[in-house]
Amino acid sequence: MEDLGPTELLQMKFGARLPDGQEDAFIKQSTRDGIITLWMPLDNSVQILTFLKTGINHPFLLLFDITAIDERSRKKDPDYPSSDFTLVYVLFSFGRNSFIRLKVALKGEYPAVPSITKLWMNASWYEREVFDMFGIRFDGHPNLRRILMPLTWEGHPLRKEHPARATEMGPFRLFDEKQDREQAALQFKPEEWGMQTQSEDSDFMFLNIGPQHPGTHGVLRIILQLDGEDIVDAVPEIGFHHRGAEKMAERQSWHTYIPYTDRVDYLGGVNNNLAYLLAVEKLAGIEIPERAQVIRVMMCEFFRIASHLVWYGTFAQDVGQLSPVFYMFTDREKIFDIVEAVCGGRMHPNWFRIGGVAQDLPNGWQTLVKNFLDYFPKRLNEYDQMVMRNSLFKARTVGIGIFTKQEAIEWGATGAQLRACGFEWDFRKKQPYSGYENFEFDIPTGNNGDCYDRAWVRVEEMRQSLRIIEQCLKNMPEGPYKSDHSLTTPPIKKHTMKDIETLITHFLNVSWGPVIPPGEAMSCIEATKGANSYFAISDGNTSPYRVRVRTPSFAHMQMISYISKGYTVADLLSILGAMDYVLADIDR
Amino acid sequence: MNKWIIIGAVLAGLLIVAPGLIWLERRLLALWQDRYGPNRAGPFGVLIVLADTIKLFFKEDWIPPFADKKVFVIAPAIVAISVLMSFVVVPFAPGFIVADLNIGILFFLAMSSMGAYSIILGGWASNNKYALLGSMRGAAQMISYEVFMGLSLMGVVIQVGSFSLHDIVEAQKGMWFVVPQFIGFVIFLIAGIAETHRLPFDIPEAESELIAGFHSEYSGMKFGLFFVGEYLGIMLISSLVVCLFFGGWLGPAFLPPIAWFVLKTFAFIALFILLRASLPRPRYDQLMDFGWKVLLPLTLLNIVITAGIVLMNESNPMR
Repeated sequence: MEDLGPTELLQMKFGARLPDGQEDAFIKQSTRDGIITLWMPLDNSVQILTFLKTGINHPFLLLFDITAIDERSRKKDPDYPSSDFTLVYVLFSFGRNSFIRLKVALKGEYPAVPSITKLWMNASWYEREVFDMFGIRFDGHPNLRRILMPLTWEGHPLRKEHPARATEMGPFRLFDEKQDREQAALQFKPEEWGMQTQSEDSDFMFLNIGPQHPGTHGVLRIILQLDGEDIVDAVPEIGFHHRGAEKMAERQSWHTYIPYTDRVDYLGGVNNNLAYLLAVEKLAGIEIPERAQVIRVMMCEFFRIASHLVWYGTFAQDVGQLSPVFYMFTDREKIFDIVEAVCGGRMHPNWFRIGGVAQDLPNGWQTLVKNFLDYFPKRLNEYDQMVMRNSLFKARTVGIGIFTKQEAIEWGATGAQLRACGFEWDFRKKQPYSGYENFEFDIPTGNNGDCYDRAWVRVEEMRQSLRIIEQCLKNMPEGPYKSDHSLTTPPIKKHTMKDIETLITHFLNVSWGPVIPPGEAMSCIEATKGANSYFAISDGNTSPYRVRVRTPSFAHMQMISYISKGYTVADLLSILGAMDYVLADIDR
Repeated sequence: MNKWIIIGAVLAGLLIVAPGLIWLERRLLALWQDRYGPNRAGPFGVLIVLADTIKLFFKEDWIPPFADKKVFVIAPAIVAISVLMSFVVVPFAPGFIVADLNIGILFFLAMSSMGAYSIILGGWASNNKYALLGSMRGAAQMISYEVFMGLSLMGVVIQVGSFSLHDIVEAQKGMWFVVPQFIGFVIFLIAGIAETHRLPFDIPEAESELIAGFHSEYSGMKFGLFFVGEYLGIMLISSLVVCLFFGGWLGPAFLPPIAWFVLKTFAFIALFILLRASLPRPRYDQLMDFGWKVLLPLTLLNIVITAGIVLMNESNPMR
């Protein structure tokens, strides 16, 4: 029983019980990423998911993602189950260290499925997103409203009939009636947000934190229901930063989508490139040369430090400390000097390519990296003195915004949020990618799961990143920086003038972009803020059929209302600061 | 006639130095934060003050339509007036004082309590939730910290036997009161920072939480008055610390008394700015806890001990 995989367990439990006793209750689909992918019947979907969460050894406790695919214009294999829409649940089991992908085939223009909000707390936003993007209804969802698009939006953007460019839509006109309608939709009605205006002994005050507020670090709106300064309820409203990154993937070529990924977690830089490319490279079957892998790791770790520095400084500023942010941005600038020397770009370097990286490392890069490695650890110690050991800083963060490991998993929290609860989980270690298995580093963990521990974990992570960079510096292998696979983009030009086949491939790959073989693949990396994953689907075309971007901040932001209740407005700012979110990472 | 010259000199001096402090603060913060600060207009960027003032004067005098107009206008005036009035009792040098009241310290305490009104009224009249939260915090903070501020001075008053600031400075010829009244000094300084609501006690305007707190809705010269009021407050508290604990104008004779006074005062102004550059902001309830549970007992203890020693010395027949 112990050794059985989830497929066998599911077959045993549900296989025979189907009405007509059919054998193939679960259709197994093989995907390029090797993640177990099963098609499950719609009628039993809730029971099946419940069974996976509660009924087995090493259960699938984490609801990693819910998304959908509009299948109506896809070029399908003959054995691919027929459906108009496919709903995809991705679960993760820490005990098994494996994902499982469960698909439900849906028929009809606007299908409906049962909601699983009772089963997982974090299902709520994912289901709202699917509803918003595809028009799939979730029966039993307590608050099935649009989440990313404006309430007055017409259509569901990720459906294939929805235009992807403004030029495909009529010219925009704002008539008076339309303006009135839009403004009426913005009217705040507490009831719609599930809030009462008064309790037995007090009237509540509603306070809009955002969308324009210095403490939210971006266009985020949090509606607070206050009793004095105590938070009764806090409901985040997101979507102000939504730019349709997933929709854009469907109109870009596989190659030209890379710059868009930079802008998802805009502090994480090349980490986003990596997450996307790992999925694409799995689809294409490209092996990355060793040197390219180490270069990738090194740049990812530089960006991890850069991102954490921004978080560090702004967090200190959120609790009222004005100076650290300047010192930390100065240090970040030093990282950007290296990034600039290597990539040419700074925040959005757009530097990884399908099959490797854009260029080899420049001459003298060792000196730059070495200087930084000598310089930065001292600064980190200074910051410890200035921020982490400051008693006022501790007073503002210790014991604030506590959640347990179980709660973190229930809400889909990953990254430092999860590690601060004392759970040693880092995808770089547990499911190594891009050669992380060759590096020596520790996973810092906290104990209490409060804002202070989250901060501590990130500070330690910077030290570990330095260790990794040092190992990259010492052991940078020789060799090509790009794979010689035919789908590598831009392709290697060496042999183009020698044989016609290579010339044709090169010409097509450069003019149209590479044609990635049909299939599905998902990547999951430990990005700066948590688990970032790209689910890429190809139907054998020059552009992706669908790209799903699962970002950590989305899951973290959903927790806000759960973890901030009972604290004060000032504490909310500590909680937000310790969360380390980026609005583009939430809204995509 | 002489009186009018002193009043004119004090007023002019304060109103020139207060905006100048904005420049000083920005330059010092920049120095401590590894950046340049304003350095373009005029030598070392001092003319930024002029540019800022002109900008504030020529801004539209905007009163939000939902505000309570009269109160909205009065509130910023209160803060500037009450702080300026306090300077009446500050002795800048021997004889260089607007009015040597025999209740000098009480007059200062009374005037600084008036400052709380400007925060409450400004926040209330703005009819804005952030302003309201800020003014509620501000009122609570100022009222509680006034208690220890007054009490922390009583040690000095007991030792001197007078409320007159002039007498108090004269009494420090042998030893500055910062030595015997060290606890009183620390508490007065903390309470003074809270009274001027500067970081780390800038809770009424905590920008990362309440945007700009009680003056969120203010702009133009009315905002300017709050701003100048804050800097006047810093100068007031600094000059009082100097008078009460650091011997006022007293100092070696190679500099004139007024120069000693100004030097010492600016040292404390720089300390205010350094605090702002280095400390985070505690939470509102932590601030209250700290005030009532730590500072108040300490202050009372200080008074009891001082009074006891003074009594002992007086009953000692050898004296």
